[in-house]
Amino acid sequence: MANSSSPDQLHLAVALDGAGWHPAAWRENDARPGELFDPGYWADLVAEAERGLLDFVTIEDSLGLQSDDPFEPDDRIDRVRGRLDAVLIAARVAPLTNGIGLVPAATVTQTEPFHVSKSIATLDYVSTGRAGVRVQISPRPDVADLFGRRALPALSAIKDPAAQQQVNEYFAEAADYVEVLRRLWDSWEDDAEIRDVASGRFVDRDKLHYIDFDGRWFSVKGPSITPRPPQGQPIVAALGHGGLSHQLIASSTDVGFVTPHNAAEAADIAADIDTLRRASGRLEDTVHVFGDVVVFLDDDPKAAQARRRRLDELAGAEYRSDAEIFVGTPGQLADLLLEWQAAGLSGFRMRPASLPHDLIQITDNLIPELRRRGRFRSAYESATLRGLLGLPRPADRYAIA
Amino acid sequence: MSKPIKQIHLAAHFPGVNNTTVWSDPAAGSHIEFSSFARFAQTAERGKFDFLFLAEGLRLREQNGHIYDLDVVGRPDTFTVLAALAAVTDRLGLTGTINSTFNEPYEVARQFASLDHLSGGRAAWNVVTSWDAFTGENFRRGGFLAEDQRYERAQTFLQTAEELFDSWSGDEIVADKDAGVFLSTPHAGAFAHKDAHFDIRGRFNVPRSPQGRPVIFQAGDSDQGRDFAASQADAIFSRHSTLVAGQAFYEDVKGRLSRYGRHRDDLLILPAATFVIGDTDAEAEELAHEIRLAQVSPQTAIKFLEQLWNRDLSDHDPDGPLPTVGPVVGENTISRGRASVRMFKDSIAIANEWRAKAEAKNLSTRELIVEVTGRQSFVGSADTIATTINDLVQADASDGFILVPHITPGGLDPFVDHVVPLLQERGVFRTEYTGTTLRDHLGLSPLPAPRRNANADNATGMAS
Repeated sequence: MANSSSPDQLHLAVALDGAGWHPAAWRENDARPGELFDPGYWADLVAEAERGLLDFVTIEDSLGLQSDDPFEPDDRIDRVRGRLDAVLIAARVAPLTNGIGLVPAATVTQTEPFHVSKSIATLDYVSTGRAGVRVQISPRPDVADLFGRRALPALSAIKDPAAQQQVNEYFAEAADYVEVLRRLWDSWEDDAEIRDVASGRFVDRDKLHYIDFDGRWFSVKGPSITPRPPQGQPIVAALGHGGLSHQLIASSTDVGFVTPHNAAEAADIAADIDTLRRASGRLEDTVHVFGDVVVFLDDDPKAAQARRRRLDELAGAEYRSDAEIFVGTPGQLADLLLEWQAAGLSGFRMRPASLPHDLIQITDNLIPELRRRGRFRSAYESATLRGLLGLPRPADRYAIA
Repeated sequence: MSKPIKQIHLAAHFPGVNNTTVWSDPAAGSHIEFSSFARFAQTAERGKFDFLFLAEGLRLREQNGHIYDLDVVGRPDTFTVLAALAAVTDRLGLTGTINSTFNEPYEVARQFASLDHLSGGRAAWNVVTSWDAFTGENFRRGGFLAEDQRYERAQTFLQTAEELFDSWSGDEIVADKDAGVFLSTPHAGAFAHKDAHFDIRGRFNVPRSPQGRPVIFQAGDSDQGRDFAASQADAIFSRHSTLVAGQAFYEDVKGRLSRYGRHRDDLLILPAATFVIGDTDAEAEELAHEIRLAQVSPQTAIKFLEQLWNRDLSDHDPDGPLPTVGPVVGENTISRGRASVRMFKDSIAIANEWRAKAEAKNLSTRELIVEVTGRQSFVGSADTIATTINDLVQADASDGFILVPHITPGGLDPFVDHVVPLLQERGVFRTEYTGTTLRDHLGLSPLPAPRRNANADNATGMAS
């Protein structure tokens, strides 16, 4: 029987973004580009992922309008533009599902940790324990201009040392942000609500805690207005490409999304994060390292390659990605995932090139193939996302043992 | 010629974190689990209510330097729980109270536009404002706002959000697969806004939502608040649920509309109201008194007393007479995070009134507090309550009511089961929803599409 606690079991997630990750995905025959802002579109995709018994879906987000340019807005009209708030999409589909984890992206550079903490806690309540959040930084000055609260310096080239220094600051701020999220989730002990009629007290205020966070970028008093969520600590995830992003993953998250391009890189990244995790004192904690892979999947490898070429032609440029781009059959993908798993990854976040095509390939073909090989669950073994990831429900940091 | 018969609007306020909500009743369920919210919302929808209403508070209340522990404590994030409720309801409007001091226009506009899409046009925003540094301690931006700037900020916050909602006119997404054209214009969402509070520019990333923007509620009662509502709101959440006070408020606010070029029907007046239903009026009266005692426990009575007296009275006997000492005059330091405390303008005079009343009726402290705080708005048989509500609406004391049950989540059931059918029989309340959006339910005409890219030239010009 497949069990998440056995180490040879794969953890799998799907990253949902618009019509898919290829910029021309919205032009596919089965694409629904006119429905990207309808709840039914998202409900259908998440239901499909849940049919495959995936650990969780992530939902991409950004405060600014999408752009092909990494540093500033563009004027393109031939790409999907516009999106809904990812936390609210996750909340909208939560009551319609009952097994799959929901991990929306949240930008931390401009937003209030107090608001995001209670929104993810609430997502955990409305999903009865299946919530997570992927924290992401937002270094673009044009995005800062949407808020007007702080002016960010322009980043012209990512390799520029000044830009690197600036990005490092954003990651350091993100680490503080996650610390505040986590403290607020713990700021109510589980048994704080007592309803003691004799003394007239609804809560035991000795079990509500000020978090008194005082950092470089913000200070937050607490406690949260929302009681401790069902999982105690919802899952925190982050995407990293080395440097301080790996530090953030190791010190602050439960799941890191990384972008190796071969098994050797996968091994190096997993070892790097493991070293950083120990160095940050989290000796007993699990940090899952998931490989991000863009997938073009068809029953015949030639069909997958032809589809990629066709989409590239429609887009007018070859599709490139920070992540490895896999083009082939679900069986071939299963080989690659298991090889990289053996190198040290505990799971994968697949980015479907087009929706729903590549998602259906995953649920119809990849998952059964992995199951035949004894490497993926045949039923949800836990009602919570932490449970699916083999993580215990953590004790409250403020509770006196 | 007689006046046309008005249709009543009804809304359901999820029981809040104050002593109106009786958590000690055996029927009281969870105030945080989603099943309670779903049950409550589905009951409101079964009753064909216009909308569900959620209040807000961004810091746990304190008294005597401690977190206030006698009332329900804890609530979910407003946007998140409303988005989830959109999945378990089909027509019910979803109104969230969102503060303009501890948020930014861009993110609030984004969340409301998203909620309106995800609910098929059922979102509403109760715009509130605050200035207290106490709540500000939970936020990056802190409590910097001067009290006299709060309405100015709220007004310009709303205006800025509306510019964001209007930055998409609604026809930009063509999604033509064959032609490869997703957007009809490269300027969709372009905006630029600059005033004393906000200096923002760029492109809004949520396309125009089904209602164009959320329905706008306002809840302030001051002169400034009334003008704010008359100039910009679709509905007012008021405190005046009685005939005389209601009519005065109604006439005052409706009278202000013409100053802003608006029609009397463009703004609905919806007071909050509590209710107790019995088989007979006499039974309801008895029940109402029992509920009042549950709402004012001995401990709660002392806390109420402290809020007016502005001093520690923890040793005072709730079953004895009022304290012999008088209130401490000056800044209220005993209670924090509670709007009602700020409304005690002349504590000495109020204390004298209370003392006179207690002496005249020979009331203990607790009995006095039961008398002077929060008696239920509607007490009686279902027939009496239906008649009262209809009379108030037809007499222009309001356009309907936002009902606040005292039990979570089942407290709305008796109203929906017994009062709603009577109102329907009398032809003053809908028997089926006739529209899909909250604007439809409230009888507000659809918003016209904004002029295409009204801000685009300006925004592009500023960016270049």
